[in-house]
Amino acid sequence: MGLLDKEFNDGNIVITKTEDLLNWARLSSLWQLTFGLACCAIEMMAASASHYDLDRFGIMPRPSPRQADVIIVSGTVTLKMASRVKRLYEQMPDPKYVVSMGSCSNSGGPYWNYGYHVLKGVDRVIPVDVFVPGCPPRPEALIEGLLKLQEKIRHEKLTKQTA
Amino acid sequence: MKTSEEIYNILKEKFGEEVILNLNTTEPIDAIIEVNPSKINEVSKFLRDSEELKFDTLMLLSGVDDANGTKVKDENEIETIQGGTLSVYYHCHSMEIGHKVALRVATPRENPQVQTVERIWRTADWHEREAFDMFGIKFLNHHDLRRILMPDDWGERYPLRKDYVDPEYYNGIKIPY
Ligand code: SF4
Repeated sequence: MGLLDKEFNDGNIVITKTEDLLNWARLSSLWQLTFGLACCAIEMMAASASHYDLDRFGIMPRPSPRQADVIIVSGTVTLKMASRVKRLYEQMPDPKYVVSMGSCSNSGGPYWNYGYHVLKGVDRVIPVDVFVPGCPPRPEALIEGLLKLQEKIRHEKLTKQTA
Repeated sequence: MKTSEEIYNILKEKFGEEVILNLNTTEPIDAIIEVNPSKINEVSKFLRDSEELKFDTLMLLSGVDDANGTKVKDENEIETIQGGTLSVYYHCHSMEIGHKVALRVATPRENPQVQTVERIWRTADWHEREAFDMFGIKFLNHHDLRRILMPDDWGERYPLRKDYVDPEYYNGIKIPY
């Protein structure tokens, strides 16, 4: 991202744009809301555990929406759960991001036609930044999605909200 | 160990033809004893307490839509079923003796009412709530007959009935794909 490109020779001082600094800070500490809904949540937990180690991207689970930057909707959102997901999202402080993980939360997944209880896509209740396809997506896929989200944040403008 | 036929005969001797309706042996696995829905609580209590039967466990209680009524189409081509029955199946097991039995009660679709067995086998409590939630079968004298899975404000809609149609909206959320 070139944050350290214009370093002065005597150290301790770095010149950069406010925008770049804020974006860099945001994307490097994306704290996710500890929250899982169905089978996809197992893959999300696997992604956080030592093998895939999401922590190396600065992504770690926080137990309260007040401390979270990103909500990974991992799994089947039922109609009963939809209002709760929305409330969790609303409780998060801005700037906040949403990753929709898995077919269920993207579009209803296996329940798209006969699931009387399933919301056919979480984007019907909250705005989604990144959709990760798969049933369930492997941890690599989730990581790819999160890297895409970081990419998106990197190009955010202070004057205009893009994510 | 008793076979379904023997259990059927014991029950029939005790309760008579009005309560123990018949024995269905055409199903491949279990023979099913059909019971009068307003007497299922008494029959269950006997099954549990009788020395020679000792059915101490209710393994499963499930609702079934028999869909044996007449199918009627309205002007929008939406099919509903009128008449016929909804059923509840009970699968009991005796841990002590090691035998099993299956019971069925059938109740009219328009006003489905079955006596509760919740106080005889505590397992039945949530299972009956599920059958109520999914099929709208009312369990008389159940202490807490609320929906168990669907939202409380779901209304008078029972999703596992064969003629169920998704509503367009639920609390402003579009439901169909
Ligand atoms: S997308 Fe597949 S793995 Fe993920 S919650 Fe739905 S059914 Fe489970």
